Amino acid sequence: MKVRNVIIILAILLIGVSAFAKTNKVVCSGSTTVLPIAQATAEAFMDKNPNVNISIRGGGSGVGIAALQNGTVHIANSSRPMKTKEMNQCRAKGIAPTAYAVALDGIAILTHKSNPVSNLTVKQLKAIYTGAIKNWKDLGGPNLPIVVISRDVASGTFEVFNEKALGGAKVISSALLLASNNAVVTSVADTPGAIGYAGLGYLGDGVKTVSVNNIVPSKATVQNDTYPLSRKLYMYTNGKAKGAVGSYIAFIQSPAGQKIVENEGFVALK
Amino acid sequence: MKTLKEKLFQYITYLAALFTILCMLAIIFGIFREGLPLFRVVSLKQFIFTNNWYPTHAEPAFGALALIVGSLAVTLGALLIAVPLGLGSAIFISEIAGSKLREAIKPIIELLAGIPSVVYGLFGMAFLAPLVRQWFNLDTGLNVFSASIILGVMIVPIISSLSEDALSSVPSNIREASMALGATRSETIFRAVVPAARNGILCSVLLGFGRAVGETMVVLMVAGGAANIPTSIFEPTRPITSTIAAEMGETVVGDLHYQSLFALAILLFLITLATNLIAELVFSNRRR
Repeated sequence: MKVRNVIIILAILLIGVSAFAKTNKVVCSGSTTVLPIAQATAEAFMDKNPNVNISIRGGGSGVGIAALQNGTVHIANSSRPMKTKEMNQCRAKGIAPTAYAVALDGIAILTHKSNPVSNLTVKQLKAIYTGAIKNWKDLGGPNLPIVVISRDVASGTFEVFNEKALGGAKVISSALLLASNNAVVTSVADTPGAIGYAGLGYLGDGVKTVSVNNIVPSKATVQNDTYPLSRKLYMYTNGKAKGAVGSYIAFIQSPAGQKIVENEGFVALK
Repeated sequence: MKTLKEKLFQYITYLAALFTILCMLAIIFGIFREGLPLFRVVSLKQFIFTNNWYPTHAEPAFGALALIVGSLAVTLGALLIAVPLGLGSAIFISEIAGSKLREAIKPIIELLAGIPSVVYGLFGMAFLAPLVRQWFNLDTGLNVFSASIILGVMIVPIISSLSEDALSSVPSNIREASMALGATRSETIFRAVVPAARNGILCSVLLGFGRAVGETMVVLMVAGGAANIPTSIFEPTRPITSTIAAEMGETVVGDLHYQSLFALAILLFLITLATNLIAELVFSNRRR
């Protein structure tokens, strides 16, 4: 009885290991913003291509790019274009990074439903988040203190907002730092004086979306690059993507892949 | 044969205990190894006594004073709520309630300890915070006050059940002697029984403190997360635990920010270690 069990377990292990050995392994790591896209598309891709095994790790854009330079990954996920310094490091190591855009990401500015302010400039956003403007009356709204809501400083959403809206300036220390897009939306919906920001995919009925520089955030304005708080998300490969890596990236860029991208709360490529 | 079996059994239990201690040592070693290198760049004084937490800024700053104050503020607030509630219910269960009522109430209070902290957090964020904001006409309901209430309710079962143990183990001849001297029931409870159990009660408060200071999910969801020193209980704050939880996921392994989060972990570890040690001392005093 016991011997039989052992034999069965060994057989299963053997089958598992041999199946594993046959598969094409694709390793990617990098930006945690790209992570949900990579994960969801990888699952769909592996369903269709059972001989490919994609393993995905986070770590941040910088970590992914460093791993590509060291040759430990096939794909580096990045929420920003590669920096010149990183390009030079790649060349020095004989790596030819090739960028593939996989999705677009837009960040909407949210206020409470009762707030009459419907447009803010990037300059005003910066003044609000650095503490120079503290009351909605200075922005044409009611006499109400502004409750500044931001994301935890390590998040990808904060990273874009900090770069595109604040130009790298420090967020005022009295700002509420919440840990997820959903927490921001919930808090803004409950707080009359609040201002917050969240990915375009997370907007609900309880909050009002403010236009930035008179441009309303939408799929269209992010796709034609007129909305100021948007960016492209990339996957970098060494040289042109070939084989399993190539077909995985092609899948993400295909209409089926882009549908998954939208389901994850991002904006599809044009 | 029998002695061999006995020996084997003893060794197995010995190994189990040893393994637990090894886990503990590995954790301590881990946090110190990852956290201490921060102090090559940032002085300890700067880390603990300046209020300037910008770990991912172009010129990062690691002044954790606001986080430390935040942790202490919500924890003390929680104790202010949990000690009267916990001690009160302990006195009721141990001294006043009849045996039937006691059997009904005790498990219900202990059930509070079984609710996952994320559920407490969700409740605080979705129900309590909007109410607090309306009641006190505030800008935001995510603040020290809301976090203290939720944390306080969370640690009531700890304080209540440990205090109740302490009160129940007070010998009944103390109660009888007090009654025989003509003391009323409340005089007996507050002048005779509670003083006799005070070490056990103090111990329960210290363990409640340790639990509250290390609680993460609730404060992450309800305290608001502003890294500034609160000037009133209605301002948001950002305890040490929620800073670690919110920022750890996205840091680059091995860089200064990563090390600073481990340094925060060291700080938290030392605080809970100190409270546990004091509780242990108080407890061993009681036995004597």
